[in-house]
Amino acid sequence: MANANFQFNTTSTPSRLRRWIEASLRFAGQRPLGAAGALIILIMILTALLAGLIAPYDPLGTDYAAMLQAPSSTHWFGTDSFGRDVLTRIIYGSRTALWVGFVSSFLGATSGALIGVASAYFGGRVDLMLQRGMDLLLSFPLIILALVVVAVLGSGVTNIIFAITVPMLPRCALVVRSSALALREMPFVEAARALGFGPTRIILRHMLPNVMAPYLIMLTAFLGQAILLEASLSFLGLGVSEPQAAWGLMLRGAAVEFAERAPWMAIYPGIAISLSVFAFNLFGDSLRDALDPKLRV
Amino acid sequence: MRQYIFKRLLLMIPTLFGVAVLVFLMLRVAPGDIVEMKYAGTGAFAPKEVLDLERAQLGLDKPLWHQFISWMWGIVRLEFGNSMWTGRPVIHEIAIRLELSLQLALMATIVAIFLSIPLGILAALKQDTWADYFVRVFSIAGLAVPSFWLGILIILGFLIIFQWLPPLTFTSFWEDPQANLTQLIWPALAVGYRYSAVATRMTRSAMLEVLREDYIRTARAKGLREKTVLVRHALKNAVMPVITVIGLEFAFLVGGLVVTEQVFNLNGIGMLFVESITQRDYIMVQTLVLLISFVFIFVNFVVDLINAVMDPRIRYQ
Repeated sequence: MANANFQFNTTSTPSRLRRWIEASLRFAGQRPLGAAGALIILIMILTALLAGLIAPYDPLGTDYAAMLQAPSSTHWFGTDSFGRDVLTRIIYGSRTALWVGFVSSFLGATSGALIGVASAYFGGRVDLMLQRGMDLLLSFPLIILALVVVAVLGSGVTNIIFAITVPMLPRCALVVRSSALALREMPFVEAARALGFGPTRIILRHMLPNVMAPYLIMLTAFLGQAILLEASLSFLGLGVSEPQAAWGLMLRGAAVEFAERAPWMAIYPGIAISLSVFAFNLFGDSLRDALDPKLRV
Repeated sequence: MRQYIFKRLLLMIPTLFGVAVLVFLMLRVAPGDIVEMKYAGTGAFAPKEVLDLERAQLGLDKPLWHQFISWMWGIVRLEFGNSMWTGRPVIHEIAIRLELSLQLALMATIVAIFLSIPLGILAALKQDTWADYFVRVFSIAGLAVPSFWLGILIILGFLIIFQWLPPLTFTSFWEDPQANLTQLIWPALAVGYRYSAVATRMTRSAMLEVLREDYIRTARAKGLREKTVLVRHALKNAVMPVITVIGLEFAFLVGGLVVTEQVFNLNGIGMLFVESITQRDYIMVQTLVLLISFVFIFVNFVVDLINAVMDPRIRYQ
């Protein structure tokens, strides 16, 4: 299988960058679908970074003379009920989507991995307590837990990130724990313990680098879900709030109200959501196949 | 077997208790309470005494432990209390919505089954042909397209092409099946397509695994018809992980359709949940969360049982 020659290096070597590039090229050659996903993601990241340069209009600039205009050469994707350019708001919306997606997936996967490894390392009562805690968080549908967290914290980008992180955390903890359980019995962990290293050092330096494969798989699997969840929360009016540009928010209210007169308001933001989640899923799927084909997420 | 079932059911109690504590505390940490929300809605100025009086009526002036114990004691006696917002029994409010939510979840699951199993089998049989690629892209796309957006598109399509909208008021299936189905089939399709995605992929990979087994070759060598080989020998062995996935999704659908209900204007459990959480209707939210996680845990248990019954290699422990 391809996973044998595909690995991530955590040790610093002079040629680290070159090895990274080589590994990426090999990945692209072997998995064209994953590479296509990565390409779309790259374009999205560039769009988000360069939004100020690319976007033709001001994302917050209302223009009541140009309300609900159909797509034309001046407004490619038309305008919304405030006369704001839909294309511009989609471009700026990618910032919100990517920021929330990346930060919440990173936080969720990382804290989940830490809990999973710690749970496996300590075993016994600590393991049992942590597992019960995770079971508790797993006994709700994702969105219900996120909604409760939003109720506690209120809406707004930072709180949304946290609301998405919480339901992701136990899912990663579970997967990482099961790979870490096998690690615990490995000779090198035994050796580290015999050398008198403390649990913090063993967990962070010796065990965590070795669960990189499930960690990365969970991280990429979360990305698409996080973007979807953010869009859903914003659509419900409990996520990002106006006038900030967010894709889910663009589908809310006026988009449905004026759907018949101005269908472009409802169509383009949805395409943006679907395309980005599609890209992250394609990439995540290929990465999973490359790293650990047996794992079903 | 009986002991196993009993033990699993008993183990649900501590989990549900944990859920109850968690939700209870989280709601109290949340800023604002129902009395403030009520008066904020009217826009009128209310002196503190009036607010306090109202709080006392709802029992919100009591210490937290007291509130928690009286709520728990009510649940033990199967008295779930009244909605703090409408004053009617929570059970009554939930029951009306549960019918809709359960039916929608059931219909979406049926859609998902009828999409995923044939498509998954097709993809596995025609592995690496255009049919396989089509099915795979179709299912990855299903995971990517938000079902609420798909819902908006369906409504939009009807509006623009037929100038027709699905009915907005819910009629019970038992009263008028036709009106009921014309309303619910569209959200069921939007949601079912999304949830067929995981099951399709699972069917495909499970079938691929099974089709390589020796007993399939044996069955073919015996001269059995291809249909018999596929259904009796292959599908029967590949279907277990699919049942698991579909079961778990059903558990999710009962409480998790918050956004889709909003799009189709369906007054189900999800909408009730969003409403009562913004109104800080503690009793309602607490009961709903308990119900949703009970369904979640219970369906998990049933799926495990089905697995154990259908696959004798799995032992009950």
